[in-house]
Amino acid sequence: MKALIAGVNIALTASLAAWTMAADDINAVLQNSFVAKNQATMDRLERDAVQTACSAPRGMLLDNDMLASLRAERLAAVVLPADGEYLGDWQRGAEVAGNGRGLQSSDDPAQPNGGNCYACHQLAPDKVAYGTLGPSLTGYGARGQSEAMLQYTWTKLWDTHAYNLCSHMPRFGAQGILTEQQLKDVMAYLLDPASPVNQAAE
Amino acid sequence: MKKPNLEVALLAAWLCAATLAADDGVFDQYRDLMGDENPAVFVIDEGEEFWLTAQGPNAVTLESCDLGLGPGVTAGAYVRFPRHFADTNAVMDLESRLVYCMTTIQGRDLESVTAKPYSLRGDFGTEIEALVTWLAAESEGATIAPEQAHATERAMYALGKDIFFYRAGPHDFSCATCHEQSDKRIRLQALPDLTSHTGAAGSWGSWPAYRISQGLVRTMGWRLRDCFRQQRWPELQMGSEASIALQTYMAVNAAGGTMTAPGLKR
Ligand code: HEC
Ligand code: HEC
Repeated sequence: MKALIAGVNIALTASLAAWTMAADDINAVLQNSFVAKNQATMDRLERDAVQTACSAPRGMLLDNDMLASLRAERLAAVVLPADGEYLGDWQRGAEVAGNGRGLQSSDDPAQPNGGNCYACHQLAPDKVAYGTLGPSLTGYGARGQSEAMLQYTWTKLWDTHAYNLCSHMPRFGAQGILTEQQLKDVMAYLLDPASPVNQAAE
Repeated sequence: MKKPNLEVALLAAWLCAATLAADDGVFDQYRDLMGDENPAVFVIDEGEEFWLTAQGPNAVTLESCDLGLGPGVTAGAYVRFPRHFADTNAVMDLESRLVYCMTTIQGRDLESVTAKPYSLRGDFGTEIEALVTWLAAESEGATIAPEQAHATERAMYALGKDIFFYRAGPHDFSCATCHEQSDKRIRLQALPDLTSHTGAAGSWGSWPAYRISQGLVRTMGWRLRDCFRQQRWPELQMGSEASIALQTYMAVNAAGGTMTAPGLKR
């Protein structure tokens, strides 16, 4: 694993050199330009391998083998629910999906983080304040609850880069944004036939 | 310029009291009522007063401050920023240039002039905010034309582009997450595509802006700091290299557009 990551870094350095200044220089600039504030500490400015690979401007050509191996690595690291149960309580999931707080310097770290799904996705059809950075998920439950579907959705929420490296969506499980229970609740919000996400608009 | 009438001033006060976090409906109503009237006009006057007030140990005004077009020239200065200055041998944005003049010309203490560049909710605006607002108004209608002749200015643009796409933090966000596509929105807020000329020109040209929900004028430096907060990053410092680099990236993408600031925002 270590060797793989080192290899990835070398590939990155070579393929990114054409468009970006040396990572050390940009790090120094960032370290001098920001100050830690509350829970937003300075280590957040350091990038992992996925973040580095995904910092290339749109349309920039990157090494496909490197990207494929990174994605495979993400997929292998996905943690499925310990008890095999994917679905929690859709009502609590609705709260997680609507809550935009969490991990900002201005947020209270004692409060649970939100998933802020509504920032990017349409979900319940009667809610008007939704964003369009991601696709509409209204009626998502129509896809059913097969094992494959449950695993696909869980993986998408746990680490979206396992399927789509450089997706704009946060890695809710892998980055510790949401707890396992919160993920189950959001899963239910998406998939439970009783959830507002799966009701026709009034 | 016509002064806003009392009704509008009262509405503005009520609106900021009502903390209308994301209510664009109320914003539209407000805009209809306001027409061309922007409470920032008061701040423009205040900025000019700051410029003309003798301050600091040297008890002098800022009138000899060189904003790039020669000492004391304010008309059309804003649209050439960020730019390289020979006296500091650095690329500066307007905010950091003002700080430079306050410390060198007026002899004021660096720490005190940079302690609180941006007001908090419920405060009165700061001196920097007022000066930037007035100086932007001194370029109203001018064509955005940031300097790019000097190698350091071009390097700043390249650095700004790198930072714009730099993904980090627990949410993996970069500026590009929210600002590299057109016609997207987050919740109900429209997101400009700052990598495009049209998006960058509309945004760069409309800041500083009066924020109705906060009852304050905000500068571009503040806008970046607040976007970084949403990005879950630590706090961006006024006049820092990252701030100047991102402003250079946006200003150059906006070049050729028209300065309409101070703008009016939700
Ligand atoms: C910052 C934006 C953003 C946030 C926040 C976000 N997503 Fe996404 N999401 C996306 C984007 C963009 C895509 C499409 C690209 C992709 O699949 O990676 C997507 C795709 C998805 C998909 C796959 C859709 C499909 O058709 O298979 C699911 C499921 C999903 N998101 C659920 C969620 C949930 C649940 C949350 C909150 C816990 C959430 N997203 C938060 C941006 C976001
Ligand atoms: C998580 C989402 C998000 C990220 C990341 C983000 N922004 Fe923003 N940005 C917004 C939102 C939302 C608004 C509109 C705010 C409003 O309407 O109050 C905005 C507004 C702006 C504006 C003003 C646009 C206008 O025309 O008034 C600029 C300029 C801007 N952002 C630049 C940036 C830059 C540069 C970065 C990176 C440092 C960045 N943003 C990162 C969400 C984001």
